[in-house]
Amino acid sequence: MMKWTFFHKLGSPKWFYDISGKWLPWLQITSLLSLVVALIWGLAFTPPDYLQGNSYRIIFIHVPASFLAQAIYMMMATAAAVLLIWRIKLADMALKVMAPIGASFCILSLATGAIWGQPTWGTWWVWDARLTSMLILLFLYIGIIALRGAIQTSEVAAKACAILSLVGVVNIPIIKYSVNWWNTLHQGATLKLTEKPSMAPEMLWPLLLSILGFYLFFTLVMFLRLRVEILSREKKTRWVKALVGE
Amino acid sequence: MATTEQQSMRGGAACLALIKRDLTLAFRSPGQIVNPMAFFLMVASLFPLGIAPDRDVLSQLAPGIIWIGALLSVLMSLDSLFKSDQDDGSLDQLLMSPHPLPLLVLAKVFSHWLTSGFCLTIMAPLLAIMLHLPADAILPLFVTLLLGTPVLSLAGAIGAALTVRIQRGGVLLTLLSLPLYIPVLIFATGAVNAAAESLPWNGHLLWLSVFLLLGLCLAPLAAAGALRVINE
Amino acid sequence: MLFHNLSFQLSPGDVLQIEGRNGAGKTTLLRIIAGLSSHARGDIFWNDLPLASAYADFRLASFFLGHKPGVKMDLSPLENMHWRLQLKNIQPVESLLCEALEQVGLYGYEDIPCSHLSAGQLRRVTFACLIASKAKLWILDEPFTAIDIDGVAWLESLIDEHATNGGMVLITSHQPLSDRKGNLRKLKLEDFAGDALEVFDGDY
Repeated sequence: MMKWTFFHKLGSPKWFYDISGKWLPWLQITSLLSLVVALIWGLAFTPPDYLQGNSYRIIFIHVPASFLAQAIYMMMATAAAVLLIWRIKLADMALKVMAPIGASFCILSLATGAIWGQPTWGTWWVWDARLTSMLILLFLYIGIIALRGAIQTSEVAAKACAILSLVGVVNIPIIKYSVNWWNTLHQGATLKLTEKPSMAPEMLWPLLLSILGFYLFFTLVMFLRLRVEILSREKKTRWVKALVGE
Repeated sequence: MATTEQQSMRGGAACLALIKRDLTLAFRSPGQIVNPMAFFLMVASLFPLGIAPDRDVLSQLAPGIIWIGALLSVLMSLDSLFKSDQDDGSLDQLLMSPHPLPLLVLAKVFSHWLTSGFCLTIMAPLLAIMLHLPADAILPLFVTLLLGTPVLSLAGAIGAALTVRIQRGGVLLTLLSLPLYIPVLIFATGAVNAAAESLPWNGHLLWLSVFLLLGLCLAPLAAAGALRVINE
Repeated sequence: MLFHNLSFQLSPGDVLQIEGRNGAGKTTLLRIIAGLSSHARGDIFWNDLPLASAYADFRLASFFLGHKPGVKMDLSPLENMHWRLQLKNIQPVESLLCEALEQVGLYGYEDIPCSHLSAGQLRRVTFACLIASKAKLWILDEPFTAIDIDGVAWLESLIDEHATNGGMVLITSHQPLSDRKGNLRKLKLEDFAGDALEVFDGDY
């Protein structure tokens, strides 16, 4: 028999609150530093693209935002599985605080995609496979947030959202495949400019740094939201009362 | 102690009883069957009024119009799938049954499909003629609806289970279910369009069958899990 | 948290009445025992097996009567009994069903749609299912609601008879139950207010 005490310690809200408190300053410094460096590097010092000129520079925001929007959904599904299998309270809180962050990155990715589309395609919106998949991902996020808001009992809402995010995660590959297939079928005036077959290293490095910065920033925001959620859920426990009483 | 060993489990009989019950209920209040069909007809007739009664335009849009109409009317009828059972306490009896809940959910979904998706499928050729769908594409439309509407009922059952305790959960049910319907919509209309252009369309049908199989295997499990969780 | 350190055991022939003021958690406790809710920390055993591993067996041998009758309004009492019993894995036999309906005083109503029946009569349809189900354990949540005086006396004797025949009854009620055979026990939920923990043993 394996021992799961480590796992449950990891799931204890108080333990997480203490540990994350120590992490916070480091996260703040590293995320700010990597974002600032990556953006200045990307926006000011990389050479312009030979095809798109300077407009391509939005990828330093667009691509990390799209990465995160998808990664956060996967993390939510993982948290959902952890919640349903081990009934760990922290997984429920993580699931709850991650959904709006993921939806925000989704909106950011769609908005930057639209802004990028204006100079390259000459229109704000193109039913391109990636943009459409991202839009459907936003629908999935909206569903989870709406379901959470509609159910009063928090334990029930948590499990319901967990089931929904698992259903969504099973569907994401199917949706992506169908949308790609639909897009190749209806390929009309779309220029395949979003595809980056090979990227010059002087563009790739700031992009990777920007992705790292976005991940750190996401971790920071999630930790902050999670800490607030922990305090409000555990407000009747002794340790929170002691903390607030200080 | 030896109750299960002595008594054989009659899961099939329980499912049949449940299907018989739901069909009887549907026939005693025929609105349950007729209203989605009327809704389907009305939505489909709005498009010529809203766009143009032009023969070429309509024949091009017809597969999409018919499929979106079918999708929305299935959604309308899904709201009451578990809610009526929840309102009168029958749902507790389903949950307390010794038979596997996913099996009972499957029975309920099957009778729902018979009273909604199946009726819409039968009605679709009529709308196809009204919208000037090319004659070659009517059979593909019928077949895609026959394969696709069960998937709509199955995937929608998950949303219906999740919203069973929510008052006025209809809009929420739509929000939860529509993203899951997108692959079915894409491949079904793809098949009809291909057939209208005299291209092969059996590949699309294979994909729809895959979705149906996936839905048959997974959706009852998810819906049953959701029902248990929501009723805690 | 509604209750804690709650523990009891039920053996054949036992009737346990759960008492408590409104909101004390009577319904919650019954739903937990019936396996409809898992909002509690604690163990429930059925025949010495944890309930989670004996669900099918437990559900086969128990009957749950909740606040709502679980009766379809557009169906007749007889049709309702058909689907209810099939769900409980019992092949309905027409003569037995009619017998049960006669016992609950619904003779002559068997083919009338339930929407024409009164609240008390709807409850009686459920009692007919209860009788025909031959369940060992009866979980009855406020069974006396909407039942007239004669009905109350009849239901009490029904419970007595079930216990005498080796059945078990778990009941919540504001109605004081008459203890004719000396097998009635009472459990006051107020005595266990606090964290949740309960052990239940359906041993026979």
